Amino acid sequence: MSALLSISGLKKSFGAVVVADDTSFDVAHGEAVGILGPNGAGKTSLFNLITGALGPDAGQIAFAGQDISNTSAARRCKLGIARSFQVPQPFGGMTVFENALVGAIEGAGLRGHEAEDHVLAVLEDTGLLPKANIRAGALSLLDRKRLEMARALAAKPKLLLLDEIAGGLTEAECTALIDTIKRVNANGTTIIWIEHVVHALLAVVERLIVIDFGKKIAEGAPKAIMESAEVKEIYLGVDPDV
Amino acid sequence: MIEWINAVVQGILLGGLYALFAAGLSLIFGVMRLVNIAHGDLIILAAYLGLSTTMLLGVHPFVALLIVMPAMAGIGYILQRGLLNKTLGSDILPPLLVTFGLSVIVQNALLEGYTADPQKLNAGAIETASIAVGGLSLGVLPLLTFGMAIVVIAGLQWIFYSTALGRGFRAVSDNQDIAQLMGLNKAHIYGLAMALALAVTAIAGILLGVRTSFDPAIGGGRLIFGFEAVIIGGLGNIWGTLAGGVILGVAQTIGAKIDPGWQVLAGHIAFLVVLAVRPNGLFPRVEH
Repeated sequence: MSALLSISGLKKSFGAVVVADDTSFDVAHGEAVGILGPNGAGKTSLFNLITGALGPDAGQIAFAGQDISNTSAARRCKLGIARSFQVPQPFGGMTVFENALVGAIEGAGLRGHEAEDHVLAVLEDTGLLPKANIRAGALSLLDRKRLEMARALAAKPKLLLLDEIAGGLTEAECTALIDTIKRVNANGTTIIWIEHVVHALLAVVERLIVIDFGKKIAEGAPKAIMESAEVKEIYLGVDPDV
Repeated sequence: MIEWINAVVQGILLGGLYALFAAGLSLIFGVMRLVNIAHGDLIILAAYLGLSTTMLLGVHPFVALLIVMPAMAGIGYILQRGLLNKTLGSDILPPLLVTFGLSVIVQNALLEGYTADPQKLNAGAIETASIAVGGLSLGVLPLLTFGMAIVVIAGLQWIFYSTALGRGFRAVSDNQDIAQLMGLNKAHIYGLAMALALAVTAIAGILLGVRTSFDPAIGGGRLIFGFEAVIIGGLGNIWGTLAGGVILGVAQTIGAKIDPGWQVLAGHIAFLVVLAVRPNGLFPRVEH
């Protein structure tokens, strides 16, 4: 399978803080990849680099065979990259429906009824349909998280970046979310998921990448990664000698 | 008594013109938090473009709108993308300084191109036509201006809340970073907002030029009236801007009724009173 996203030699630092240190990895079409790492390891910064909110100091990002290292964030969205935010950031003054409609019209390039139907389907999928006409600023945390996902999906992304979307959810909510993400993935959307709720992550992803201090320290099948001594030490804080 | 009623009615109609001055200003501030100091001079520029069009083509000033509106919209788009977008950021000072400089440039360019002689757009019989209502005599032109203000503001309201473009404006105004991640090109949206604002400015400029004489130096005064209308009405509320224009207009005509020298001063006093009593304006947008 050819790579949908290909990152090579990516570097970014803010003064002495390194958030990407010669990071390289590929993500294949249709794959679901999980990213683990301690707080401050550079996971969210990696998303910012992929979406174009941050520019890299060095290195390349290729999407669907095209170098997008210098492409604007808006253009990358139109190419098919969408993300959700760890701290939900809805357009607070607009309704839930309108929030998703922005993604459908601007991101996916849909028009008129086509856009509206797509948004309704996405809201149905994410359980937000009953709240379509509520102002996004008035939503609860769970619904804001759902809206993050709905707005990203409305843009019909080829690559969906999920940033700690399961954090703060109850067990039942988490299970529902896993089902939704699996369904999105099964429909052909490639997913990169940053998550601290490891069991949720493991239920979906086929591959794990572990980063720390901006460096990729491990990559591979989830089971093997979770059992490797290095990951246990750095990520889980377990001293391997004990 | 009828004279006072007349003053109030004339003031309301004058408020329509002030609302047209203010609408573009309000739109720009709402979408991109840009305070456009050159707005008054752009109104005068539109009036002069109207003058050139009527003279070159021999058309009625209202027909000239068909040329001046797209021309001003084009100027707005180019101005925004070529210059003003580069000044926008976390600091509010650069756009203020740049639009102030732009104001000086527009004024002097007009002075160079058209001289300082006062000019007027000739709209023919409509300028003096009036209809009698009760004991009052209402000018057709002021009525037309007020009607135009309502149409423009209703149109802007419709664009903002019922079109994809308006959704783009609101999304960018709400959170520009996220809007970009959702595929909106901020620079383009800002350009379209400025184009729309200056298209409205074209209407304001032509109606101003038909109503009174103008020269390159009067832009500053129009800017002040526009600002006052926006702030009296409440930031972010476009119908409030119309109300603000009306309050300013009525204050001016009543002031003028008391003493002709008090016209402008009375408007400023009304503005200061509103600012002191209701600093957010009379009809501020309901915040979430």
